[in-house]
Amino acid sequence: MSIRPWVAPRPLHPGAWWLWALGLATAAGRTTNPLLLLLVVAVAGYVVAARRTAAPWARAYGAFLKLALTVLAIRVVFHVLLGAPTTGTVLVTLPALDLPSWAAGVRLGGPVTAEALAAAAYEGLRLATVLVCIGAANALANPKRLLRCLPAALYEVSVAVVVAMSLAPQLLADVQRVRAARRLRGRPDRGVRGLRGVAMPVLEGALERSLELAAAMDSRGYGRSAQLPRRVRRTTAALTVGGLFGVAAGVYGLLDAGSPPLLGLPLLGGGALLAAAGLALGGRRTVRTRYRPDPWAAPEWLVSASGLLAAATVVLSAALGVGGLDPSTSPLGWPVLPVLPTLGVLTALAPAVLAPRQQPPRPPLAAASRKAEPATVGAGR
Amino acid sequence: MIRFEGVSVRYPDSPAPTLHRVDLHIPEGELCLVVGRTGSGKSTLLRAVNGLVPHFTGGTLTGRVTVAGRDTRDHPPRELADVVGMVGQDPAAGFVTDVVEEELAYGMESLGLAAPVMRRRVEETLDLLGLADLRDRPLATLSAGQRQRVAIGAVLTAHPRTLVLDEPTSALDPPAAEEVLAVLQRLVHDLGVTVLLAEHRLERVVQYADRVVHLPGGGVRLQAGSPAEVMASCPVVPPVVALGRVAGWSPPPLSVRDARRAASGLRAQLARLSPPARAGNGAGRPVTSGPPVATLNGASAAYGDVVALRDVSLRVHQGEVVALMGRNGAGKSTLLGCLAGLVRPVRGDVRVRGQQPHRLRPAQLVRHVGLVPHDPGDLLYADTVAAECAAADRDAGVPAGTCAALLAELLPEVGADVHPRDLSEGQRLALALAVVLAGRPPLVLLDEPTRGLDYGAKARLAATLRQLAADGRAVVLATHDVELVAEVADRTVVMAEGEIVADGPTAEVVVSSPAFAPQVAKVLAPLPWLTVAQVALALEGAG
Repeated sequence: MSIRPWVAPRPLHPGAWWLWALGLATAAGRTTNPLLLLLVVAVAGYVVAARRTAAPWARAYGAFLKLALTVLAIRVVFHVLLGAPTTGTVLVTLPALDLPSWAAGVRLGGPVTAEALAAAAYEGLRLATVLVCIGAANALANPKRLLRCLPAALYEVSVAVVVAMSLAPQLLADVQRVRAARRLRGRPDRGVRGLRGVAMPVLEGALERSLELAAAMDSRGYGRSAQLPRRVRRTTAALTVGGLFGVAAGVYGLLDAGSPPLLGLPLLGGGALLAAAGLALGGRRTVRTRYRPDPWAAPEWLVSASGLLAAATVVLSAALGVGGLDPSTSPLGWPVLPVLPTLGVLTALAPAVLAPRQQPPRPPLAAASRKAEPATVGAGR
Repeated sequence: MIRFEGVSVRYPDSPAPTLHRVDLHIPEGELCLVVGRTGSGKSTLLRAVNGLVPHFTGGTLTGRVTVAGRDTRDHPPRELADVVGMVGQDPAAGFVTDVVEEELAYGMESLGLAAPVMRRRVEETLDLLGLADLRDRPLATLSAGQRQRVAIGAVLTAHPRTLVLDEPTSALDPPAAEEVLAVLQRLVHDLGVTVLLAEHRLERVVQYADRVVHLPGGGVRLQAGSPAEVMASCPVVPPVVALGRVAGWSPPPLSVRDARRAASGLRAQLARLSPPARAGNGAGRPVTSGPPVATLNGASAAYGDVVALRDVSLRVHQGEVVALMGRNGAGKSTLLGCLAGLVRPVRGDVRVRGQQPHRLRPAQLVRHVGLVPHDPGDLLYADTVAAECAAADRDAGVPAGTCAALLAELLPEVGADVHPRDLSEGQRLALALAVVLAGRPPLVLLDEPTRGLDYGAKARLAATLRQLAADGRAVVLATHDVELVAEVADRTVVMAEGEIVADGPTAEVVVSSPAFAPQVAKVLAPLPWLTVAQVALALEGAG
């Protein structure tokens, strides 16, 4: 990559990447223009390519891209097979299945029109693009650092999630190891019986490892807590429980059409405030501090702003009725790129240049990744 | 600094106390080594220092353990985190985060230190342990030696005054072990940290210790004193001390250097003799006759785009013990995996008795090749030893009782209804070996078999391997243990970066190598003597 960063390499605040990606996703959600959607995918892909790290989660983009293509394919196939009868240019006629009269609205097979195909593809592409945006956020933002941004009162929860996330790959390695060992014993390593034989040792191993980890965490000071006066603890509990009740009632009020609209929003807002106060107060219990918390500085502002700008232009254009966001599929026409939304989406390219490189470039991890693939018994370690 | 006063520990289901009336005082700034057989209570002693025993493990502790004046009775482990740094047997199992730098900071975050203090200490620790280049490496990509150093660094940032380590070098290849020991030396000498460590590989650490504590186990009083004092009477000793006993040196030498200075007379005496063949393994007689049991012909193997084995050709013959050596990640395990049919070679040909192992069905595989993996427990599933043996007979399709008979030879003292998890490391290895041998495979493979074995178990393993070879099996073992190689291997193959860099009779390959020479060879170089037993035999013969 020949682009020179304008600030020293450092990991960006994960929240900034998520805001940027959600902005792009919002933009994608408001249009079915395939050109614009493909532009969003390309923008996200380019930024990921320019700013991702060597970390394992950086491969999330590829995984989400595959997921998106699958979603798109399923959508199109279902539409072709099951879609409502349409008129238009018939591309191919599939053998139709006669359904009983009570299923009159549904058709199986029959003529496939270009118009219907395009409509299904546009819809599918929209969903796929949203998925790709989420994938980009996953690839760029360190999920563990995101969890570290949780309020102190939720620290235990975030640790549990972090530990679970690091145990998952080990579990996978264990499965491979145990399967190899079964083969060495001359037992089937596949099939249902093989699976049962593998599950027990793997679970036992995981349990043992988590005990060992718990001992290590305890020895390193995990779980030290400050003594709070009883009054404060009670207030915390009351605030949190009351707040959660408020939120629940508020959501019910919002969703239930029969209840007075005034019940919903104020309750929701009030509940959220109470719960937040409870969390803040509860956070005083933990004595722990944070090592090098991620700063929120100019690059973070720029990255999140570029994503939000993309969302804003598309949403605004939709509200103003700018043409080209939802190209007509009947009659089928060649979609064109609307000017304002295109410019908006292109601004989301900015992080590829403006965001700091996430890591200083370093030598490839050849010797290292050898450790990461215990396909054999006893490889690794 | 650390004081045990009349400490006894008893776990709920055990018939006898694990520690019995231990009185011990370790003054500040000492490096204290705990030795003893497996099961003698070394780990319990170490974990009692920061209160993991009994706060975490259960059991009852009577007596008093104090560290820096704090009684573990009133202080759970987390309240002692700022005075005791504890590094467990498997450092990776204690990692909480996933990047080196964050792992170093984790303990300090829990203690609630101010951000600038944390930053400064992380930088200092990175320099102290030589980890600066690794600061943002994911922990999963580190080598074993690097991981051990990160684990030490991660507890060191809390500035504990004592450091407790359980077998810090047993999983490491010789160079990585040197790295870790150099770090410990530096902590003791420059920073005055008190270090308490348990280790089976005495040959690596005894020379650095200020004090040795020998735990005999079984309720006998422990023995503590200067290394020379304890080594003079201790039943577990490194080869260099054993050589000193054979040669009648007093005080016993603790390091190769001490021994070399005392050995000039012995060298002169031995120069006139030739080393006897090692007992029963047929060294010296040509074993390369007949068709080979296993061959690799230009075999290459890869994981993804990482090549783990590059164009390796090797023949293993009947009645031969071959040792594979080389640093972690050199391709030893992959080579064994190829021979055991777990890894499919991407190029080249692998044959065991004319068959390609990765093509064989599991039931056929066990009759061609047996592999005891790195963790022998992987092979064991049943609830009791007897059930395990019965299952092994069924798996291999051999008459009932075959495996039990093999086990009785290897491990006479173990009851049939013991759970395999309750066995010691050495016993579990013997059980796994019996299970593997039930199929009567002509080729037996062992991956790092001596991890966690004490000297007694190791001697038994060596005898077993020699017996296997004498019975006409071919044995290939991957190991870092130079002393075991000296004892049993006819041929040593050294690997590096997936290639074979040396292959020849053990005496020729290891004597000249600085990393892989056993202690006796280093003391007696340039004479080609490898083991204490050889020297003892020759001296007896010479009268």
